[in-house]
Amino acid sequence: MEKWYLMTTVVLIGLTVRWTVSLNSYSGAGKPPMFGDYEAQRHWQEITFNLPIKQWYFNSTDNNLLYWGLDYPPLTAYHSLLCAYVAKVINPDWIALHTSRGYESQAHKLFMRATVLIADLLIYIPAVVLYCCCLKEMSTKKKVANALCILLYPGLILIDYGHFQYNSVSLGFALWGVLGVSCHWDLLGSLAFCLAINYKQMELYHSLPFFCFLLGKCFKKGLKGKGFVLLVKLACTVVASFVLCWLPFVTEKEQTLQVLRRLFPVDRGLFEDKVANIWCSLSVFLKIKNILPRHTQIKISFCFTFLSLLPACIKLILQPSPKGFRYTLVTCALSFFLFSFQVHEKSILLVSLPVCLVLNEIPFMSTWFLLVSTFSMLPLLLKDDLLMPTVVTVVAFFIACATSFSIFEKTSEEELQLKSFSVSVRKYLPCFTFLPRVIQRLFLMSAITMVLLTLMTVTLDPPQKFPDLFPVLVCFVSCLKFLFFLVYFNIIIMWDSKSGRNQKKTD
Amino acid sequence: MAALGLAASGGNWFSALALGVTLLKCLLIPTYHSTDFEVHRNWLAITHSLPVSQWYYEETSEWTLDYPPFFAWFEYALSHVAKYFDQEMLNIHNLNYASAKTLLFQRFSVIFTDILFVYAVHECCKCIDGKKAGKELTEKPKFILSVLLLWNFGLLIVDHIHFQYNGFLMGLMLLSIARLFQKRHMEGALLFAVLLHFKHIYLYIAPAYGIYLLRSYCFTANKPDGSVRWNSFNFVRLISLGLIVFLVSALSLGPFLALNQLPQVFSRLFPFKRGLCHAYWAPNFWALYNALDKVLSVIGLKLKLLDPNKIPKASMTSGLVQQFQHTVLPSVTPLATLICTLIAILPSIFCLWFKPQGPKGFLRCLILCALSSFMFGWHVHEKAILLAILPMSLLSVGKAGDASIFLILTTTGHYSLFPLLFTAPELPIKILLMLLFTVYSISSLKTLFRKEKPLFNWMETFYLLGLGPLEVFCEFVFPFTSWKLKYSFLPLLLTSAYCAVGITYAWFKLYVSVLTDPPVSKTKKQ
Repeated sequence: MEKWYLMTTVVLIGLTVRWTVSLNSYSGAGKPPMFGDYEAQRHWQEITFNLPIKQWYFNSTDNNLLYWGLDYPPLTAYHSLLCAYVAKVINPDWIALHTSRGYESQAHKLFMRATVLIADLLIYIPAVVLYCCCLKEMSTKKKVANALCILLYPGLILIDYGHFQYNSVSLGFALWGVLGVSCHWDLLGSLAFCLAINYKQMELYHSLPFFCFLLGKCFKKGLKGKGFVLLVKLACTVVASFVLCWLPFVTEKEQTLQVLRRLFPVDRGLFEDKVANIWCSLSVFLKIKNILPRHTQIKISFCFTFLSLLPACIKLILQPSPKGFRYTLVTCALSFFLFSFQVHEKSILLVSLPVCLVLNEIPFMSTWFLLVSTFSMLPLLLKDDLLMPTVVTVVAFFIACATSFSIFEKTSEEELQLKSFSVSVRKYLPCFTFLPRVIQRLFLMSAITMVLLTLMTVTLDPPQKFPDLFPVLVCFVSCLKFLFFLVYFNIIIMWDSKSGRNQKKTD
Repeated sequence: MAALGLAASGGNWFSALALGVTLLKCLLIPTYHSTDFEVHRNWLAITHSLPVSQWYYEETSEWTLDYPPFFAWFEYALSHVAKYFDQEMLNIHNLNYASAKTLLFQRFSVIFTDILFVYAVHECCKCIDGKKAGKELTEKPKFILSVLLLWNFGLLIVDHIHFQYNGFLMGLMLLSIARLFQKRHMEGALLFAVLLHFKHIYLYIAPAYGIYLLRSYCFTANKPDGSVRWNSFNFVRLISLGLIVFLVSALSLGPFLALNQLPQVFSRLFPFKRGLCHAYWAPNFWALYNALDKVLSVIGLKLKLLDPNKIPKASMTSGLVQQFQHTVLPSVTPLATLICTLIAILPSIFCLWFKPQGPKGFLRCLILCALSSFMFGWHVHEKAILLAILPMSLLSVGKAGDASIFLILTTTGHYSLFPLLFTAPELPIKILLMLLFTVYSISSLKTLFRKEKPLFNWMETFYLLGLGPLEVFCEFVFPFTSWKLKYSFLPLLLTSAYCAVGITYAWFKLYVSVLTDPPVSKTKKQ
């Protein structure tokens, strides 16, 4: 690549933004007794370093599971252990059993932030760069611009470097998985994706498209010949990687069950805090959480999730293509986010990742979605005192997208990938030509509501009767937009191959 | 927000670049700030709460007002906005006051005044002849120049982390240079006169302005051989130039003259009581001189040629400005540095007079003045290198030879700013930003001049690559060695000595190129 230096500058800009955001506050800073995710991660280092592996997931006098008990899969625990070894060298107080609880200092913050940056630099950023380099039919400049936009996506930066989490690890592995599967390195791809699942169980949102895409590939090759071999190989890879990750826990049944119980805490309820999904938004009118018994809630949420992602998945099995795969990743993750049980507001990042991957195909809609997704986390970010970095990174991201893709000029039916859909609708409704204009208006309205709601949340005090008025409004508005996006992305998937066939016919 | 996006989307790369760097500056708000932050807060308080007659006498804080009157008025104007943020910061006795709102106000005041710098860069880009413009946007000289100026590493860390107001001052300077390029001489002179009364460090480049305006503006014609035609002197032009300078000075110093305070003002502006070098030696000739002295004294002690009891105990580790006494080599007096500086500047001035080459020649002379005074001046700050780096950017996109000098000067000059930021959270920022700027400047200029001979020879490449190991040693290895306590000055000494070599080399090379350059043919000039 002759323009490697532009790519280097882009990566350096991404890193600089990440580090400067990390100078800000983190979740639960100076808020005893529970603190926040920052303390959770530190606590896991303490637990994994001081306790034998068999006790990590069990409640004991040394491991109070009610105080940020480990509830992520083994890879997260191993990562914590690794960080703990480094921490031990620098300052053993940081991970001393019991006494280190709630430990906060400038040096420790620096250490924790550095661990995030290193993990990001090793896993997520190379995947993004490689993904952009592998894009076809694009000039080098466009690839670089694409990488810049993906690396500047504010949601991930703010949650990882502001709020404090290691999403870039699981998302990075998932991205390596997407890369592998799209470039015909199926085994490596599925290995990477297994690592992603074993780092964060939320990656299961992406598992169905992976499964369907690979299954579709096997079908395509013929289940009696090559396809069967591939299927067996894939199954072996998945099983082997899972066994490897779970090795200390699979030997005893009780261990495995306990880990699973920790990973899927059914008793935590339908949703937590304020999430921009259906259940939280519905609760404004109808308190489902309190009306229905829990197992009914689980069944309902399962049914809705399953039904909403079914069409896209079936389509992917029948016609596996990298493009369809990317869009199915979006719709599946979005369906899970909107309808499934026990969703966090941060889970929207799982939808944002695949949307970042289609940024170059539908720049207008992707930018819009990514802005909304960051907006939907506003209550959380404000709680962590991250207003300034949020505003700055969002504006930066918007400018980057607007300049790289000139998004406002790309709102024709063709460029929104709605051509074939509109054509088929026009068979029944000849006057159906207003879609691009409607979408532009919607974007404008959406941008205005987002800015207004942000301003109101920041400046106004909520009325005493509704202390949660603004967060609920933010979630409700975001949820409506996500529903719209769910429909939009499903339309793209469903009408995709038709245009392909039409093209073939005209060819 | 949408308006910003629309502005950026219309292929308007310049506003995207400017907005991008402005946002980066906003992200730098929570970073470390030096005592200069308190200096400027104190000046806000002084100008806000005291009558003009006491501005240059007030000394509650050790950071007394030592900039010219225009800057004091600038602080006065700022203080009237500041009172809406936090009244407390305007109290003189509130030493080291740094509430969240004070921080926000001061940081934003720097970011906001940088608008002038952005405008100046925009004007400078117009002065570049874009005849070599490639098809690709990223290979156009204008694009490269605006990145080099807007995203300048030195300005970013000095203004937006360390805290100073160099942005708009440099903006004034660049704007006046641009005006001279555009043949709007009066405006250029006015801007420079104003600039001088904002910060007197720009006196260093005043000779270039004076001679250029006299030679190429007051004399309207040349003889065929390029020498001056004495009878073409335009008296009106000289008078109007003089009038501009006089009026600006009267506006600035007049009130203090009326109050009979001029001696006090000047004693504040030129504090010769400070030492030859700042606590951290700026990488100039004297840094090499001091380092040589240090080495000689160590050797002398080893060989028992020197008496250990007679050696003055001068450590260069504390942050205080202090006298450094030489042990072997003769001590340097302010007068000696003044003479050295004048001698160093003279050839470039002669060149400007006898071999006038239009605004480009003026720009070269200006850079040489800035660099020479940096090399030999008394109590030079490392930040003063920006005075040479920024105008040099204008030259770098024009000629391969200049680009090579620019890259050596910039890379070493920027690296020598590293000791300004010594706190751990800022370590990644300075390294990342430095890499960002260096990678971009070297690669883009290499791409721009790819058809000519390579920009660096093996020696220069080796020298520049050496900065990497030096940084690793100073910041990652040295603190963990046993030398840390005994020789705590070593990293600073190494840094300034190493950078001094590069800057001296760049200065020398630029001088040679200016003196040996054949005069441009007359037809081309007119």
